[in-house]
Amino acid sequence: MSDDIRSIETVDESLMADHGNVGDAAFRGISTGSGGIIMVILAAVAVFLIAQAAPAITTGDPRYGNLWGYVAPYLFGTIWISFLALLIAVPVSVGIALYISHYAPKKLATPVAFVVDLLAAVPSIVFGLWGITTLAPMLVPAHQWLTEYLGFIPLFSGTASGTGRTMLTASLVLAIMVLPIITSLTREVFLRTPKLQEEASLALGATKWEMIRQVVLPFGRSGIVAASMLGLGRALGETMAVAMVLSGGRMISPRLLTSENPNTIAANIALGFAEADSGGVHRLIATGLVLFAITIVVNMAGRLITGGPRKESR
Amino acid sequence: MAKRMELKNLNIFYGDFKAVENVSMVIEPRSVTAFIGPSGCGKSTVLRSLDRMLELTSGARVEGQVLLDEQDIYAPRVDPVRVRQQIGMVFQQPNPFPTMSIRDNVLAGIQLNSRRMPKARKDEIVERSLKGANLWNEVKDRLNAPGNGLSGGQQQRLCIARAIAIQPEVLLMDEPCSALDPVSTLAVEDLIHELKENYTVVIVTHNMQQASRVSDKTGFFNIKGTGTPGRLIEFDATEKIFTNPSEQDTERYITGQFG
Repeated sequence: MSDDIRSIETVDESLMADHGNVGDAAFRGISTGSGGIIMVILAAVAVFLIAQAAPAITTGDPRYGNLWGYVAPYLFGTIWISFLALLIAVPVSVGIALYISHYAPKKLATPVAFVVDLLAAVPSIVFGLWGITTLAPMLVPAHQWLTEYLGFIPLFSGTASGTGRTMLTASLVLAIMVLPIITSLTREVFLRTPKLQEEASLALGATKWEMIRQVVLPFGRSGIVAASMLGLGRALGETMAVAMVLSGGRMISPRLLTSENPNTIAANIALGFAEADSGGVHRLIATGLVLFAITIVVNMAGRLITGGPRKESR
Repeated sequence: MAKRMELKNLNIFYGDFKAVENVSMVIEPRSVTAFIGPSGCGKSTVLRSLDRMLELTSGARVEGQVLLDEQDIYAPRVDPVRVRQQIGMVFQQPNPFPTMSIRDNVLAGIQLNSRRMPKARKDEIVERSLKGANLWNEVKDRLNAPGNGLSGGQQQRLCIARAIAIQPEVLLMDEPCSALDPVSTLAVEDLIHELKENYTVVIVTHNMQQASRVSDKTGFFNIKGTGTPGRLIEFDATEKIFTNPSEQDTERYITGQFG
């Protein structure tokens, strides 16, 4: 009814909508499209996994029983090795990050940070090669020593592996691989500690370490958790290094030093895919679906944990 | 509590740049001493040199002596951490620890020095410090609430409570009211009046009315031009500085002709 009032003749030309807006519209289209593609890809991956895994979920293989019976040892291996890797990597990363952000003289801080970032650029196959040819043989004596003198601790019990391709070696390699990502994220958070807070603590007569405990670590706590979650995500999905270093099988065993180790889901897929029959392929894909689900849960948990305190501080 | 401070021929450098030249003065115990002067004249630099916070700035270096009673705080074997335990500081921006409750903020300095202390003793310190900072009545029912939930003026008084909880000999204040509204400013100024009964107070301020309201003695700092070191032009009783200054520069500054 008001069409005649808004008729095109009454609009000043300089105010008209299509005035040189081609670039704007095109860019909006590209951005929206890119955003949409991500959703489509994620959905496609999920659909592929579920469709291909379905036969293995519904019918069990007589050799392995149902799917859960098959995947449980690999699931255990995946979570166990990732947990060990984080146990090693998080304290070391926080230490390196604190050194770079608060202890190192400026001339040293930048090169050290650069070297740590460089570590992230090393391909995982190289870590695998290094682990199997250098680290594993090097750690054999340590394995023997640990089983001999600390064998009464269940984790260190059993016969020491002669090759060093154990849970301990593999989790060490994995720890080194997740170290750069955790270090650089926590470093960034530590650097963002408000100067004013640090001075407040020092002015009260805190030593540097006391100041770090009083101000820097509480400020960076959610960042440390977020970085660890990202590291965990990387560790859970890491395939090549584990597949090469760990001599793994289908079992549940928390022992760190023996030659009988649970394999991980990803390494098992990589090692088994080439030789699998069609039933086997479905089963491997089903284990992939389990890994996918875990990774999503870890990421969501990370977001939940870091989301809370961050909103508060803003 | 409350010691006397004496600055002897103090020169302060940032790298090669001489920021402050030849400052000497005596700061009497249980009094309020104000530093005034235009921006960049070195008054905050001098203040930060009094509790060795200055050396946290990279390249900053101090020559000369700063005596706390008879002890030179720049003597070779003096630990800056110990100096800061005896000389408290309140900053321009209120900076309570955001992750701590009001109670824990007050106890932050205590926690550093003596780990184990009975709860009753801690409660006593919290109450005494918050009363000392004129904040007790406003927060006594929510001591476990986070410290950054308070208003700006309350936060600044919380910072003062935190500083006096460890019973320092001297309390340094670096423009403590410049981020506060007039009502909060008045509350902090009233507090400064009370603090001088127990502490030696040194305050840097941009606000000349504030200096004339709260201080017993006033030091006027000035620079000749950019790139030249700041100097202490005149140091005298506040009343004299604001009514009958000896130096022409001081008079021009307090009458608003520059700065």
